[in-house]
Amino acid sequence: MAVWYSLLLVLGMSLFVYLGAGLLGLQAIFGIVIPYAAILVFLIGFTMRVLGWAKSPVPFRIPTTAGQQKSLDWIKPSTVDSPYTTWGVVGRMAMEILLFRSLFRNTKAEITEGKLAYGSNKWLWLGGILFHYTFLTIVIRHLRFFTEPVPYFVQALESIDGMLQIGSPVIYQTDVILVAALLFLLVRRLASPQLRYISLPADYFPLFLILGIALSGIMMRYFAIFKVDLMSVKVLAMGLATFNPTVPEGIGVMFYIHLFLFSMLLAYFPFSKLMHLGGVFLSPTRNLPNDSRMVRHVNPWNAPVKVHSYEHYEDDFREKMIEADLPVEKQA
Amino acid sequence: MSQAPKPEELLRVSHIPPKKDWMDPRVDLVPGTWGYPGKASSLETLGLPNPRDWNPTDEDWKLPPNWKEIIHEGLKERLEKYRSLKVFMDICVRCGACADKCHFFIGSGDPKNMPVLRAELLRSIYRKDFTTVGRILGAFAGGRELTEDVIKEWFYYFHQCTECRRCSLYCPYGIDTAEITIVVRELLNLIGVNIDWILGAAANCYRTGNHLGLEPHTFKGNIDFLVDDIEEYVGIRLNPTFNRKGAEILFIAPSGDVFADPGIFTYMGYLMLFEHIGLDYTISTYASEGGNFGLFTSQETMKRLNSKMYAEAKRLGVKWILGGECGHMWRVLHQYMDTMNGPADFLEVPKSPLTGTVFDNAKSTKMIHIVEFMADLIHHGKLKLNPKRNDYLRTTWHDSCNVSRGMGMFEEPRYVLKSVCNNFFEMPENTIREQTFCCGGGTGLNAGEFEYLRMMGGMPRAFAVKHVQEKHDVNRLVNVCALDRAILPPLMDYWAPEVSVSGLTELVANALIMEGEHDRPTDLRGEDIPGLEGDE
Repeated sequence: MAVWYSLLLVLGMSLFVYLGAGLLGLQAIFGIVIPYAAILVFLIGFTMRVLGWAKSPVPFRIPTTAGQQKSLDWIKPSTVDSPYTTWGVVGRMAMEILLFRSLFRNTKAEITEGKLAYGSNKWLWLGGILFHYTFLTIVIRHLRFFTEPVPYFVQALESIDGMLQIGSPVIYQTDVILVAALLFLLVRRLASPQLRYISLPADYFPLFLILGIALSGIMMRYFAIFKVDLMSVKVLAMGLATFNPTVPEGIGVMFYIHLFLFSMLLAYFPFSKLMHLGGVFLSPTRNLPNDSRMVRHVNPWNAPVKVHSYEHYEDDFREKMIEADLPVEKQA
Repeated sequence: MSQAPKPEELLRVSHIPPKKDWMDPRVDLVPGTWGYPGKASSLETLGLPNPRDWNPTDEDWKLPPNWKEIIHEGLKERLEKYRSLKVFMDICVRCGACADKCHFFIGSGDPKNMPVLRAELLRSIYRKDFTTVGRILGAFAGGRELTEDVIKEWFYYFHQCTECRRCSLYCPYGIDTAEITIVVRELLNLIGVNIDWILGAAANCYRTGNHLGLEPHTFKGNIDFLVDDIEEYVGIRLNPTFNRKGAEILFIAPSGDVFADPGIFTYMGYLMLFEHIGLDYTISTYASEGGNFGLFTSQETMKRLNSKMYAEAKRLGVKWILGGECGHMWRVLHQYMDTMNGPADFLEVPKSPLTGTVFDNAKSTKMIHIVEFMADLIHHGKLKLNPKRNDYLRTTWHDSCNVSRGMGMFEEPRYVLKSVCNNFFEMPENTIREQTFCCGGGTGLNAGEFEYLRMMGGMPRAFAVKHVQEKHDVNRLVNVCALDRAILPPLMDYWAPEVSVSGLTELVANALIMEGEHDRPTDLRGEDIPGLEGDE
């Protein structure tokens, strides 16, 4: 069910743009108003969420220690997996964010023939990392629409991406890999009974949304019947970027679908699980040093509590203590 | 083993989820998979809300009339107090990497034991009540109504989590189900829903200082029995002191080691070790428990119980504190104590009186682990050891969850174990060190009535032991946690018979050549050491 709802939602949105921008000619709304609104929602929403998290304190140091602690001089501590310095934490976070280190550890447990076996399982890591890096590359590549002159690194990235020189226009490897990775992530969710069981509409929707963005982009770039006028697209993009928006005539409707789905992704972002982009930086099990016995940390809400003091304890048991030759503060 | 079926039956566990949607909170209270409720008297001792007689199988759990409001307010308060909770509620992408990492899921196949879904049991309520999208879209956004059935489901599943943090290791965002379990158990405690094995122990710790409820004279008496045993097996009479002012070091162990087999052999080990090196230490009857059952109750209760350690160290005027072999005790001492009950500025940075080593890694808490202390002693050649006495043992090492994933202690115990025992074999790599498997009964899930689930939850640990048992004839599972010492023996009996369980210091003491000892043909358990006759 969840998967059909999400697919229909994305198809419905595309149809909506086809009607609005294609048939009714409301290009200004789809080309200017909605993108601006989406960016605004994204920026404000993202900031609010991060500030909301940051407002809650981290009362205790709770890193998950995945390596040897710093203790005796002759025992080699694990500086990254059990970091005890700021640089160690930076290293751990960098490996987490850039290389998906925790996911790289993934294993699979199976009971076969009365034995429990564990195998390495790096497919999710591979699918995840390919998806994220190709998506990032594609976003950076799109800067060519928003900049004049186009910065060197964007040009360089583009030529590397089209390195294989296949077809005309040149096929970007990232386009192919992104779609493949998205399909893998989708099929993985559908094929495994356990994953299907835990998946919510909120898990399928972003997959279909990004798939929709990717496919609409691919269609207008590579398929003649969906071709759009790139010069006009650049005029529109530059207009948006310089806060001087104009809507040139004659950009194909596929572009508006592409732009609208991306706008929806931006607007949806702060309210969804996609916020893991911001949250991963704030995760207390990863971004804290394992130094809680070395350095004192203060809990801002550390409130006094009622304790059973030694005096009361001795009052409760004094006679028995004296009888057992245990020292007491006050004689009976 | 009344409730647990035969091992072959448990092995037929299916990991395919049922047809029923997980959003339906109704649970089937399978006998042997849930604990008896906290007794009213225990709640009264601790001053916790809603003391009453009730039973989980009853329709009516006698919740306070405004229970919904209490839970709502409680969750709100905790979202403001813990960034971990807030972030973990928001960023899970349900990638499923954690799913088959939980020993309870592997063992039971119950999909609500997948860490992602366990967290979702709370997250769905959070979404419905605390997020705009959830308020508007409800179930479509993954939100659920908070009903009494949800409370019953929480009771069931959040007492099927041992807070071992194995899932957190694999999560790409470090989402720690232990944090979520801690919070849900706190919420449940606000309306008087809890289990007696935790609440009774916490109440005992509060009143008498230890979880067994041993009063001071009995506590001392128990240790005197151990002193008698040492005299019999080793030939030396020890005189440990209690509540002695001016001692250099306060020693605190989990009280399970004072009372229960095989922990008592570890305690005998502590006493022999201290005698061997002539340590100036004392034992407190007031702070007579290292384990902290408050951690499984609420942050406040944890703080109240933990406060005794610093208070007693201050009263006795010791220089620093030495802690025994225990799991969650060390999670609290390592990650919480200084923050909750410090600064311990009346103490000195721990310095070994024998080796002069200064323990800079504990310069703020002023408390070190006995294994750190022993590793340093052995490294400096301060112990006279005859590892041959342990030749009849073929050992493997169980990294207890809390000292591994909560503290990062991996090498010290291996160094000590290899120094006192010639036969050591590691279990398969995906089951040890940071990837270690829980015994299946941590966080106070050690109750007899919970045995069925414990045998399922302990299955991954047991299978790794069985592997080295078959491959290397391993016959001793060594660990550094008192709950392990209580929980692993029945687990081994069930899955890997003939493997016995012990703490590390027991083996150290076994190998210790004490001044004035007589011939030692037996180990600390009074059992003959095979092959040692006339060897020394």
